[in-house]
Amino acid sequence: MAWFAAPREVGERLREVDYLADEGIVTSVFLAGALGKPLLVEGPAGVGKTQLAKAVAVASGAELVRLQCYEGLDEARALYEWNYKKQLLRIQAEDDAWDDIFSEEFLLERPLLKAIRSDAPTVLLIDEIDKADVEVEGLLLEILSDYQVTIPELGTITAVRRPYVVLTSNATRELSEALKRRCLYLHLGYPTPERERDIVLAQVPGLAGNLAEQLARTVATLRSLELKKSPSIAETIDWGHTLLALGRAELTGDTITETLGVVLKHHSDQARAVKELGLS
Amino acid sequence: MIGRHVGFVAALREAGMPVSLAEGLDAANALMVIDLMDRETLREAYAATLVKRPMHRAGFDVLFDLWFPAVTSGEGPEDQAERAEYDADTPVEDLRSVLQGLLMGNADDPAFREFVRDMVERFGRVEAGPGRQSWFSYSVLRALSPDTLIARMLNQMLSERGGLPEKLARQQISSNIRKFEEAVASEVRRRIAEESGIERIARSAVRPPVDRLDFLRVTKAELAQLRREVYPLARRLASRLTYKHRRGHQGRLDFRRTVRASLSTGGVPLTTHLRPKRPHKPELVILCDASDSVSSFSQFTLLLTFALREQFTKVRAFAFVDTVDEITKYFAPGTDVLDAITQMTNEADITRFGRTNYGNVFTRFSERYGDAVGPKTSLLILGDARSNYQPPALDTLKRLASQARHAYWLNPEPRAQWDTGDSVATGYGAVVPMYECRNITQLAAFIESTDVGG
Repeated sequence: MAWFAAPREVGERLREVDYLADEGIVTSVFLAGALGKPLLVEGPAGVGKTQLAKAVAVASGAELVRLQCYEGLDEARALYEWNYKKQLLRIQAEDDAWDDIFSEEFLLERPLLKAIRSDAPTVLLIDEIDKADVEVEGLLLEILSDYQVTIPELGTITAVRRPYVVLTSNATRELSEALKRRCLYLHLGYPTPERERDIVLAQVPGLAGNLAEQLARTVATLRSLELKKSPSIAETIDWGHTLLALGRAELTGDTITETLGVVLKHHSDQARAVKELGLS
Repeated sequence: MIGRHVGFVAALREAGMPVSLAEGLDAANALMVIDLMDRETLREAYAATLVKRPMHRAGFDVLFDLWFPAVTSGEGPEDQAERAEYDADTPVEDLRSVLQGLLMGNADDPAFREFVRDMVERFGRVEAGPGRQSWFSYSVLRALSPDTLIARMLNQMLSERGGLPEKLARQQISSNIRKFEEAVASEVRRRIAEESGIERIARSAVRPPVDRLDFLRVTKAELAQLRREVYPLARRLASRLTYKHRRGHQGRLDFRRTVRASLSTGGVPLTTHLRPKRPHKPELVILCDASDSVSSFSQFTLLLTFALREQFTKVRAFAFVDTVDEITKYFAPGTDVLDAITQMTNEADITRFGRTNYGNVFTRFSERYGDAVGPKTSLLILGDARSNYQPPALDTLKRLASQARHAYWLNPEPRAQWDTGDSVATGYGAVVPMYECRNITQLAAFIESTDVGG
């Protein structure tokens, strides 16, 4: 199945689910579908990487299968596991059960296997791959290049229908060349003030247009300072919600000082922002 | 199209971007499914398939603009409505007004690009010799000097100056001016490429990506970019070190426990017990050359020191020019990096006569802070080993190095220049292993090959 017919269509359908994509996102998302390659999305925290995968799933009416990576993630949690308890019970119940305890019945499906075997359209989200150990990348290579999984007891399982794979990474470590080579690469950075304003307006209904504009410009200025942690889109949206809850119609210096904690989470960053923006 | 594609891929490789054969094929496949007439889609399709590191993106964009130019001279769209505002005889002052209008608007406006093209046409041409001409962005920027428009624009945009609104407006304007300058530079490159061939300009147009930048040759803007690289680098180093520690968490055989456990299996040592490795708490002592000859390098290393400080339990940092002072206190976690550096340069006692003197520095260091270096310490010296022909105090350094668990010297000069002039690189290198460290890639390689933390 073709996921999307043209880059333009990607943009329109993502917009319908309130995800505002720029040219780069639209083209990469389209190509990942058209070429049947995994899409590796890299960028700072809170710029909508995970959200992109969710939006693609909703926009294309596919099921979302999510694998959250963390340190210590292994095959048994990512791919499949045998249901030992059930196997033991079967052996105890029947003496000649030794042959058929490695069958479908005893297989516990984990996200990767589930995505491969599903015959409905599926978006497989492998989230924060940089948090997982290097070995997991090796495990993924077979799945990402050939869309198949080898289970020693059962043989090789090939995808009935290729899932749409999205990997996200915060770039806390460099991913292996082998993995990068197999993926299309999309770097999600901070948006332009215009796009950020539109995003805030889409995500915070009820916020006045000019306030969103001021928010976006202020956040862009904050990002141009050398901060430890630049504010993310998610934090801009939080800021929008905050202002809405406080009922502020204008982003004045005082309002910024009061609510700066929503966007800047380091004391030194706040001090620096107050100084550079001329607040007090 | 095939020829152009292959040439483009080759140019990317020449500019230092690792594009594999498979990735080239992916890009070619991508060309089959997209609309080739849409230039931005083409650009993003190439970027998605070929550029897998954000820091390579800038170089990629320059090359893409050269190989797939938006228009060629002489056949640009002649839109009368756009041209109405100015023509070839409009005085410069009026052109500046047009520019002012554009800078206050959105830089993605097609009129913006149109204007850049016309201005390069008008001001960018410089006679390079009889019958030859060349193009320069400098002359365009000098004629229009967008920076001097800022005050006028601010007056027009704001009812009153000062405070937050001015900051925001300034930010918008300066970002647009930067875009204008970039657009001019890219248009000039395109003109040159048209006249003397893409390959020639391509080679000189692309700055190396951040991780290959020479520390001693960075521009101011690039230094800011380098600074942004430091945090991820330090975090990556720290995570690498913890990874290493976890890997080797089991130490030597615990004989007693193994024998004890073998009793339950009839004396056969089926399960072995290993002693848990004692966690080594690395201590880092950094001696950093802060003289002018290595100023951008030392700025960078100070930042790295600062970043490492948050990752390691014990870091002590010292800076020197011709005498040495401890600078650890300026880099307490939670302080602002840039402030810390300014404060350090103002307050720390590191200069007597302003000329680097390594010999004196090592002597003073071992007198005043000799106890900082112990058997658990890794000693890291950062500097160019240029001592202005002063006595090098090799013995003192030898003693310091033998006290420490490890000692390393990172030298930001290319290896070929070591021992030239007043450099005592080999002399010091014989005492403390010296590594060439000219860019982030080399720095990362150094950390990986040696075990600074463990």
